[in-house]
Amino acid sequence: MDSSNQPLETLTEIRDLMQRSSKFLSLSGLSGVSAGIVALVGALVAYLRLKTDALSYENASQLSELTRREMMKFVLLDGTIVLIVAITLGIFFTRRKAQKAGQAVWNDTSKRLVVSLMIPLVTGGIFCLAMFYRGILWVSFPATLIFYGLALLNASKYTVRDLEYLGLLEVVLGLISLFLTGYNLLVWAFGFGVLHIIYGTVMYFKYDRK
Amino acid sequence: MLEHFNKAFESKARLGIMSVLMVNDALSFNTLKELLNLTDGNLATHLRALEEQGYLSVQKQFVGRKPNTTYAATNEGRQAFTNHLNALEAFIRAGSLQSQP
Repeated sequence: MDSSNQPLETLTEIRDLMQRSSKFLSLSGLSGVSAGIVALVGALVAYLRLKTDALSYENASQLSELTRREMMKFVLLDGTIVLIVAITLGIFFTRRKAQKAGQAVWNDTSKRLVVSLMIPLVTGGIFCLAMFYRGILWVSFPATLIFYGLALLNASKYTVRDLEYLGLLEVVLGLISLFLTGYNLLVWAFGFGVLHIIYGTVMYFKYDRK
Repeated sequence: MLEHFNKAFESKARLGIMSVLMVNDALSFNTLKELLNLTDGNLATHLRALEEQGYLSVQKQFVGRKPNTTYAATNEGRQAFTNHLNALEAFIRAGSLQSQP
């Protein structure tokens, strides 16, 4: 072994140490893909049940009181199931990746990641519930995209930088969706479904498969 | 040129400690131990040395009934470490220039 390489090795080790200590890198690309698939299924179920993209601003006034309440219940239930399944699968794939790399899942960096993710996300959740309560159903679809995008943007500091781009795209999509009120469900499915699958696949090939 | 090399950062463990504290606001003793793969005694010795130089600030508190000590780099420590890295860089550059034909 050439002893002149030793300082160089030390430098590489230290660089790795700095990365590992400040960023949570076990986030799996498969988490993104599974979240995307779950979101697409959720959106499809919503579309089949409601038979129409009737969540738009224009149609809201035509609904009778009863169907509107039913619809809210259904959308809330559908959304909650999608969220829980997506998070569960996300945690599963991330744990698997961390275990393969022999790293802890629950450490200082992942805690910081979760906290920075949760603050905008919980804010958005409460905002959407308030909109539901006020009967402005359609706003929740762009709002979930916008707040989720901001949450990703915030959390990208503590993991791979690529998450920033996904966050920005979700925010832009949410803002567009505020004006394209006739296509709420479609835009939502694109943001949470298609974008997640694309992002997850890119991440999987970039970082996970080695 | 060698006079800019800081004796306080001579060991690999201390380089490691300072490096991770440059990119993190504060880290606990246990986190440092896991990251750097050092024994309790070894890590404590290096931390104390850096603390005595005024390069680290130490905060002791209790989480429940367990003591939890966190370490952070002081401004002085950040400055000294940056100077040390600059000196190392200059040294390597000078070396690579000389070795070229």
